[in-house]
Amino acid sequence: METVTITMKNPPALYLEADNVSPDAFAGKTAAQIAELHVYEGNTTGTLGKYFDVNGNAGATAAETKIVVKGDVKKVKYLGFKMSAGEVVVEGSTDLYAGAWMTGGKMTVKGNAEAFAATAMKGGELVIEGNAGNYLGAAYRGDWRGMKGGKILVKGNAGSDLGMYMLGGEIVVNGNVDVHVMTHAEGGRTVIKGNVNSKVGGQLVEGTIIIFGTLDVMMPGYKYVDDVELEIDGAKATFAHFIGDTGERHKKKKGQVIYGNLYKKI
Amino acid sequence: MSEYVIKNGHVFDPVQGIKGDKADVAIKDGKIVTNAGPGAKVIDATGKTVMAGAVEIHAHIAGPKVNLGRIYRPEDKLFTCTPTRGMERMGGGNSIPTTFKTGYEYAKMGYTTAMEAAMPPLFSRHVHEEIRDTPIIDEGAFPVFGNNWFVMEYLKNHEIENTAAYCAWLLRATKGYAIKVVNPGGTEAWAWGLNCLSINDPVPYFDITPAEIVKGLIEANEYLGLPHSMHIHPNNLGNPGNYTTTLDTLKLAEGFQAKNKFGREQVMHLTHTQFHSYGGTNWGDFESKAKEVMDYVNANKNITVDTGNVTLDETTTMTADGPFEHHLTELNHLKWANCDVELETCAGIVPYIYSPSISVCAIQWAIGLELALMAKDPMRCFITTDHPNAGPFTRYPRVMKWLMSAKAREAQINAFKHKDKVLSQTSLGTLDREISLYELAQMTRAGPAKSLGLASICGGLKPGMDADIAIYNINPDMPIANPEDIEKAFTRAACVFKSGVEVVRDGEIVSNGHKRTLWVNAKVKENPQVMRDINEKFLKYYSVTQANYEALGHHFVPNPYAIEVDAVQ
Repeated sequence: METVTITMKNPPALYLEADNVSPDAFAGKTAAQIAELHVYEGNTTGTLGKYFDVNGNAGATAAETKIVVKGDVKKVKYLGFKMSAGEVVVEGSTDLYAGAWMTGGKMTVKGNAEAFAATAMKGGELVIEGNAGNYLGAAYRGDWRGMKGGKILVKGNAGSDLGMYMLGGEIVVNGNVDVHVMTHAEGGRTVIKGNVNSKVGGQLVEGTIIIFGTLDVMMPGYKYVDDVELEIDGAKATFAHFIGDTGERHKKKKGQVIYGNLYKKI
Repeated sequence: MSEYVIKNGHVFDPVQGIKGDKADVAIKDGKIVTNAGPGAKVIDATGKTVMAGAVEIHAHIAGPKVNLGRIYRPEDKLFTCTPTRGMERMGGGNSIPTTFKTGYEYAKMGYTTAMEAAMPPLFSRHVHEEIRDTPIIDEGAFPVFGNNWFVMEYLKNHEIENTAAYCAWLLRATKGYAIKVVNPGGTEAWAWGLNCLSINDPVPYFDITPAEIVKGLIEANEYLGLPHSMHIHPNNLGNPGNYTTTLDTLKLAEGFQAKNKFGREQVMHLTHTQFHSYGGTNWGDFESKAKEVMDYVNANKNITVDTGNVTLDETTTMTADGPFEHHLTELNHLKWANCDVELETCAGIVPYIYSPSISVCAIQWAIGLELALMAKDPMRCFITTDHPNAGPFTRYPRVMKWLMSAKAREAQINAFKHKDKVLSQTSLGTLDREISLYELAQMTRAGPAKSLGLASICGGLKPGMDADIAIYNINPDMPIANPEDIEKAFTRAACVFKSGVEVVRDGEIVSNGHKRTLWVNAKVKENPQVMRDINEKFLKYYSVTQANYEALGHHFVPNPYAIEVDAVQ
């Protein structure tokens, strides 16, 4: 695997839309060619090289390309946009849409990621070592197709509207989560190891939510079924099992109504 | 204005009966002329196809419901935005493009006239503001009448003269072009939580039936002698087995004859026929009844239709058939918007994905093509996608490819997941007809222009007509090696003139032209009763005053082209 290191040298005055910083866009290009790729600052189009030092050539394919992003990229959006393979490591914190529409490969953000990370993600792995903003793994504005596959791990906390319209895949948050979890979801799984606020699983059609910490307010559309023992990431515990959202439509399979499941650690 | 001569092109013009002969087309002062002067600029069209600019008879391209679609579907614009480039302003959107993109895309395909198919009269100002902001193409808008309180009250007592006077007033107030009817009575019934699924279902409160509304509006239309006929989206759209309602609706035109000075021959235009040609009793035994519907249309000259071809895309359905959209959201569970328009209509919007792996969608696709291929008179069957309902208008070139190439249809049928269903539930597999370039010119130019009463202005290349001309990279002398070439050629015309101005060159916009708004100014003899009724309804029911209702003046209709109709006698 070839490594391309891009280092912020000329921070933008406005926010920078760097939708070309992905192994797919870099693949097969030399450092000089990568520096020529476009970025947008407000309504002006510039080159990656105007803002970043680019070192190293990319591999022949996305899978053979690793990108390391150094320096202050708190005002840079769309890192890892639509990546399908390879690796992206952001050493600091980043702005909106990190790993959005990614379909494969691995992206690591060592700091925090702002809102809309992994929007409509289809595959691959996103690790956020700090905190995640709102709308992690959610659908794009207006869309009903959220995260469909892949895995997201947040080592810190996550914001609100996590997994909105989620269809598949898994989100694990080691810390706490704000309001609205897996709203409108029709599949997938969210594990919250810390505490969560309220409005969890509102209008959930299908999918699973597992809560280790506290849940401030349970949605009224959830019904207690039984206590079950679950093993999550090698840790065994007893959970109260709820089904819901009973106010929402649900599919039937073999005469059985398929509800969403919410497990709350006892 | 500049003069041009388009030299050596293969001309297809149903108005003059020219079927691909090499001929020159001359342009002077915005019109087609017999000969241009010696200084005329020469456009070499050797090995190319020359047709009149195409005429769109039915699309939802301007107004509050289109804009509500834009607002509530930001995802429709995702990854589709194009920045300012040359003459073009920025644009975006796929099934509900911005006004600018709408104008550019039509022009690039060689379309120079388009009709907005459903204008809520109360929001005509909004419709005209969007029309104003849609560059290049001439546009008109059809106000909806089929659920209008005035119309239902007059027609309950069969007061044709009063209905006609009201229609004339509303066309003038809204700068409208034709009498549009959407789910007659059914949309008003929706305000009561009901619908009219047959032509004999009574409308709540008004005690009138859809059949009475439709016949009454045909009579009023011919009383006025409007350029276009009554234009109907019938009851019971989109339901299995609805073809009987469609035939019942078509039969309402029996005995009526067109009376107008525009050369129009039909008294009813039935739109997006594909959505109304369904057999079966449920989605499981869903089947095509295109033959039954087209047999009737072929045999009755006082009817024109358009197809409403499904293009197998993700799109946004939007119609003034409010109850249908509620029905649809219950089926596909996608987001629903509903907007009631006091005293007049009610629109609904739901996104829809015509998936090639769903058998119903594949059958719908086949039905739309069957209709066009079964049409015996291409001057009475026009190609539409009911944009954006069955697909975006930008897919017209693809529909043309399917109609012009049996090979392209076969390839699509083979690509369906439920190929066997398409073959067993429709007869598309047995149709080997390929629409010729001449027939295409009838179905997209001369036919719709005649149906709209615009035959003397557009849709043809006869001297004296507007110089709306499209040149395509298709050489009729050469066999088409690959059906994709048809789609490619019609997607980006080699050259397009609109009213004598070159607006597209090599598929790129080179001028924003001189866009006009077409509307119909029908004069009737003074009718104090109708004027009093209008005044009273505004005082009693409307939430706006009459003065704030009309679309007047330079702001709303800066470039009007009024078609005068005299029905005083």
